[in-house]
Amino acid sequence: MLSAQGFAATFKYLSMFRDGLICTISLSALTVLFGFILALILAMIRLSNFNVFRFLSTYSQRKLLQRGGFVLALSRFNPLSFFANVYVEVFRATPLLVQLFIIYYIVFAGADLPNFKLFGFIRFDRFLPGVVALSLNSGAYLSEIIRSGIQSIDGGQTEAARSLGMSQLQNMRFIILPQAIKNILPAIANEFVTIIKESSICYTIGVQEIMYAVASVKGATFSIAEPLVIATCVYFCLTFPTSKIIAHFERKMSAGDKRNGAEATNKKRERKAKMTKV
Amino acid sequence: MSTLISVNNLKKHYNKGAIKALDGVTVDINKGDVMVVIGPSGSGKSTFLRSLNLLEEPTDGDIIFNGVDITKKKSVVTKADGTKVKTKVNIDKHRQKMGMVFQHFNLFPHKTIMDNMTLAPIQVKHMKKDEAEAKAMKLLERVGLADRANAYPIQLSGGQKQRIAIVRALMMEPEVMLFDEPTSALDPEMVGEVLEVMKELAEDGMTMVVVTHEMGFAKEVGNRVLFMADGKLMEEGSPDQLFNNPQCDRLKDFLSKVLI
Ligand SMILES: Nc1ncnc2c1ncn2[C@@H]1O[C@H](COP(=O)(O)OP(=O)(O)OP(=O)(O)O)[C@@H](O)[C@H]1O
Ligand SMILES: [Mg+2]
Repeated sequence: MLSAQGFAATFKYLSMFRDGLICTISLSALTVLFGFILALILAMIRLSNFNVFRFLSTYSQRKLLQRGGFVLALSRFNPLSFFANVYVEVFRATPLLVQLFIIYYIVFAGADLPNFKLFGFIRFDRFLPGVVALSLNSGAYLSEIIRSGIQSIDGGQTEAARSLGMSQLQNMRFIILPQAIKNILPAIANEFVTIIKESSICYTIGVQEIMYAVASVKGATFSIAEPLVIATCVYFCLTFPTSKIIAHFERKMSAGDKRNGAEATNKKRERKAKMTKV
Repeated sequence: MSTLISVNNLKKHYNKGAIKALDGVTVDINKGDVMVVIGPSGSGKSTFLRSLNLLEEPTDGDIIFNGVDITKKKSVVTKADGTKVKTKVNIDKHRQKMGMVFQHFNLFPHKTIMDNMTLAPIQVKHMKKDEAEAKAMKLLERVGLADRANAYPIQLSGGQKQRIAIVRALMMEPEVMLFDEPTSALDPEMVGEVLEVMKELAEDGMTMVVVTHEMGFAKEVGNRVLFMADGKLMEEGSPDQLFNNPQCDRLKDFLSKVLI
């Protein structure tokens, strides 16, 4: 099993783990970014009331009832939201490995991706399909988290914002999302950690992340246990701080949660200084 | 006395017409009116109030606010030279002119009192930050809460929250203030401080529509009282007329049940 010689041999290839770490971080960071943007868009679409056939309901109520439930149902049909729902359900109900293979072997099969190397070693034509698959997958999960977060905010908040003349977008940006994201931060942290761990699946399409380094070192040294121990440590060092950092943000965003919490004292000083100036 | 809001045959139906929350309400709200809306639970008072700024989308009927039918997507405006132009009705613009105060305050819990008050003026009216804060301070002083500018809503009592909600709406300089049972969620000893602020507002000439169970306030501050039942406007008149000389049986019945 583990042996001093094994570690000595493995340490000669430490630079491969460094490369793998860089690759895993890039893969995860881009996935978090694109996945989050996609999730926001999906959540908005799923909560929107963009009913293209709404004009049908401009018929008088009685006419509508005569025409039966179908027209009424059609007038309430939101195709965008429907497709977003289908997307989310499909991506949550199928294995990531299948999605990755479909994207790599089918979707990107015809695409002639440029053959350059990121940071001098990451093969872009494998890296990109990896990012796409991971982003599409995490976007589905994150959108479900965000949607539930938005729905957990009391409707009175939107009413107050709209009654002050704020637009739907301003309401989202200043009132709903800040509160929703604070509530779902633990779930988001969980998903970010999952992304880092699941990015290892991209090894199967030849993305040079940490597990790829493990396999390479195994091929060179004929030992597997030592590389795996190192990979475990590297993953832990990535995921543990990530959840801690998000927990820190959670505390920061919790202003206004507790009755005996502090008032905004910094601002108070700032404001006082301003007022004495006047 | 000029009409500010003209409500014409307003209807709001739920469940394909099975529930008629509003069943044809017609009323004019004049500038400077303090209109108090009373009625039994479920009579449609909240629905009426919330329809005025389109928090509820009416099923049928018109609401003419400042000459514009805000229930329609487009309005025809006659220019000074007599030409008519079709313009899009921007409901956000009209909502700025209608302040609303809710039973459950609906302050933004993640923002300080100061930010609660300045957010909409800064974002919607593009007011300068220091200008907005100076204005907020003046209003806070007026309701005796200047020292709580940096507190979060959770750190305030119910009565204080509601006073903040009122001045938050006033920040937008509305032409009319809508109150939906502003004191119903308050402990009895806090009701007075909120009613006092509302009374001062009325004395300043603010147009107000107030849904309330505070009959004392209706008598003392209101100049018109509406009695609603089953989504209909049953009786309307001065406080003296309605409370001392009720006409319809529903109102007589209602008044006999509420403490005055
Ligand atoms: N979203 C809704 N769906 C179905 N019915 C509704 C809805 N909102 C209100 N209603 C119904 O409309 C009627 C009027 O409700 P509304 O809230 O306006 O009454 P209210 O006079 O304000 O009563 P309260 O004094 O209890 O606040 C009630 O019968 C209520 O059940
Ligand atoms: Mg009500």
